[in-house]
Parts: sequence; structure tokens; C-alpha cells
Amino acid sequence: MNSIPGYRRYYPGTQPPHLHPGYVSSLRRAPLQPLVPLPHTLSEITGPVFGPEIADVKATDLTRQHSGEPLGERIIVSGRVLDENSRPVPHTLVEVWQANAAGRYLHSRDQHNAPLDPNFTGCGHAVTDAEGRYRFVTIRPGEYPWGNHYNAWRPAHIHFSLFGPAFATRLVTQMYFPGDPLIPYDPIFNCTDDEKARNRLISLFDWETTIPAQALGYRFDIILSGRESTPMETHAHGEKR
Amino acid sequence: MSLHATTWQTVGPFFKIGFSWLYRDNLAGSGVSGERVEISGRILDGDGKPVPDGIIEIWQANSNGKYAHPDDAQEKPIEEGFTGYGRVATDDEGRFHFTTIKPGRVPGPGGKPQAPHLAISVFTRGLLRRLVTRVYFPDEPGNAEDFALNLVEPARRGTLIAKKIEGEPGKLEWNVKMQGGGETVFFDV
Repeated sequence: MNSIPGYRRYYPGTQPPHLHPGYVSSLRRAPLQPLVPLPHTLSEITGPVFGPEIADVKATDLTRQHSGEPLGERIIVSGRVLDENSRPVPHTLVEVWQANAAGRYLHSRDQHNAPLDPNFTGCGHAVTDAEGRYRFVTIRPGEYPWGNHYNAWRPAHIHFSLFGPAFATRLVTQMYFPGDPLIPYDPIFNCTDDEKARNRLISLFDWETTIPAQALGYRFDIILSGRESTPMETHAHGEKR
Repeated sequence: MSLHATTWQTVGPFFKIGFSWLYRDNLAGSGVSGERVEISGRILDGDGKPVPDGIIEIWQANSNGKYAHPDDAQEKPIEEGFTGYGRVATDDEGRFHFTTIKPGRVPGPGGKPQAPHLAISVFTRGLLRRLVTRVYFPDEPGNAEDFALNLVEPARRGTLIAKKIEGEPGKLEWNVKMQGGGETVFFDV
């Protein structure tokens, strides 16, 4: 049991620090002590397994969860979940939540004075197929003001939460929209040093998934931590990947 | 060529919309074997103020020390109805609680048994990525030689060990101090 391959550590610069002064809420919540590096054991290379019963078609279409249709621009958000070794991550849970078209969340703490939409809750979940694909139908979320600094506005975004195959592969992120003029000013988007890594959070407009006369398509592929190669794989393939 | 894992972003203040459908504060349904424990505590920020917009996720083995996961190849029984996963939110006072069973020992580096523990993820507004920590159990002889506890300087190990509540058997207290004095030990996984 001493040869369990762990998952890869994040590539330097591609993840946010815990303390990012531009994001004011991090100032009193980020740990100040250095994190203790933990070798991966059975506890980290395993993780919650959700059976097929958790899939729910209604949860993949955020526009059909009420008696009427929500206001706003219908969109299709889809993509693939892969690991760092370019292998699909099948049958994994993807959760999403978002503001409505006016930029308001259905949440008691959201004090923005934009209207709620009785036909929009703003949450869903999907399970990836055998090729790691997921797909949601929703409406494009609105931008909204927040109290981080003077005249602060969040770019339009959809929150994503993924489990992957292990405790070590957990990911929570946000998807943005191409061409959003607020992105360069957003301290949350900009918390990560690596520009390419940041820009991978911006979805791509996608003709292939756009439905004529119905909804624009946006593609958002998600990469989860991949397995480290094992010594056995090194021999088998003649190179360490 | 290898890809790089997608960048983390904060859960923000409104995660309840997306997370509440999967809240699970009782990991140990009827018929699940093992010593039942109720763990409660608070998440506190660097000023000692309660964090009302936090989530704790729990991942653990069953009482035999077996994970309900295909990569656990140990010849130990899994238990029907025990997934080992929990998710709880904090209330307005930053409090959370969950009920579970004390897990068995699982192998660590070199196959040496680890002390019973829960793997914990903490998510809050203000955290750009999750914090990872562990909960260990009090009066557990295995703690002294647990490899992960021994990675931590002795003065800080106590932040990872739940405390008994006087006069309330089966109840444990474990708090998350995100920053400052008594800061909880967080791991880089």
C-alpha cells in the first residue's frame, strides 16, 4: 500500500493565493501560517462517489424549474471535464449557481435592489457523461455591484463546483463571458498571477452548441488535477508524463 | 502535453443556492456501525468574529477503515448506506454541527496505519480557494504516531484534535480559526 500514486500539485502561478489584498474579504479570512504540505494517502486519493440516482434532468435546465420562463437571454453552457493528463472525467458531479438576468441572487443576504425573478432560482447540477461532457440550459446572469471598493461591479459569471474522482481533485471556480468589459477590473478574476490560467476562466462563444432561434452557446472546459505517473507507468511508456 | 488544473475562485457569499440541495449533516444513518459522534463548532475569522457564510465538507472512512470508493483496494467491508460524505453550512453565529461515526484506521505512507480522522474542506466568502484540514479524535492512542499530525509543529497539533464536551458523552467540539492566534492548521494537498 505504499505505492499509491497521488494527484499532481498545482502548477506554480496557476492558482490564487489565499491572501489577495485586492479582494478585501480575504484580509481577515486567509490563513497567515504556511500551509503544511500533505503527502497524498488513501484519504486524499479517494473521495465522495455519487451514484447515477443523483442525476436529474430538471436540474440541468435552469429555465424550466418554475411554471413560467425566466426573463433574460437563454444560453447553453456546456463543455468537457478533463484531467491534467487530457483524460475525460466521467460520471462526476458538476454544480452551478448564479444571479438572475438582473444581477440578483435568490439569497436572503443579497441586498442589491434589482428585481428577483419568480421563475428563476439560479441553481442546477449535472453529471458528466462517459466522455466527461456536461450541458446546462440557463439564462445569461447579470453583472451586479458589490461592496469591495468604490463603484465595484462583478463581471457576469456562473459559479461551478466539481468533485472529480478524489478529495484531492475538488474544484470550485467561476466561469466568465467573452468580451465582458468588467473582467479587467475584477479583483476576484485577477487574483491569479498566471494570465493564461486566468483567461481559461472565460468561456468561448460556440456556434456548434448555439441553437438557431433559441439560445447562444458558450463552451467552458474544466481541468481537474490529474494522477501523477507511477513508476510502473514510466516503464510501460518509456517516458514520464 | 499536459494540461493545468483550472484556477480556483471563491464560492462567494451566495453559495447556499448551489450547495443546499446536497447538505448532509448526518453521515451515520440507522444501521451504520461504529461509535456515533456529534461534532459541533464554529468558524471564526482573524478578528475572532463568526463566519456566517461558510461550508464544511467531510470525507471519511467507515468504522472498518474502508472508504466507499473504487480506489480503496483494502480487503475490508464497505457498508451499505454509508457514503462517508457530509456537507454542512454555518449559521448566523458561525456554528456548524454534524453527526457521524468515528472512522477506523486507514493506511498512510509505508502502509503504516493513520489515526482515525476526517478529511475536511472549508469554503467561505473571502477564501479564493478551499482550506483543507483534518479532524482527529481525543484520547486516541494512534494520534501520537500519526504521520500527518507529526508533520505539524507540536504547539499547533491541538487545532486538529476535537475536544470532548464535559458531561456530554458522544459530543465533540472542533472549531476552525481561519487566521491569527490559534490559527487552525491547514494542509496543502
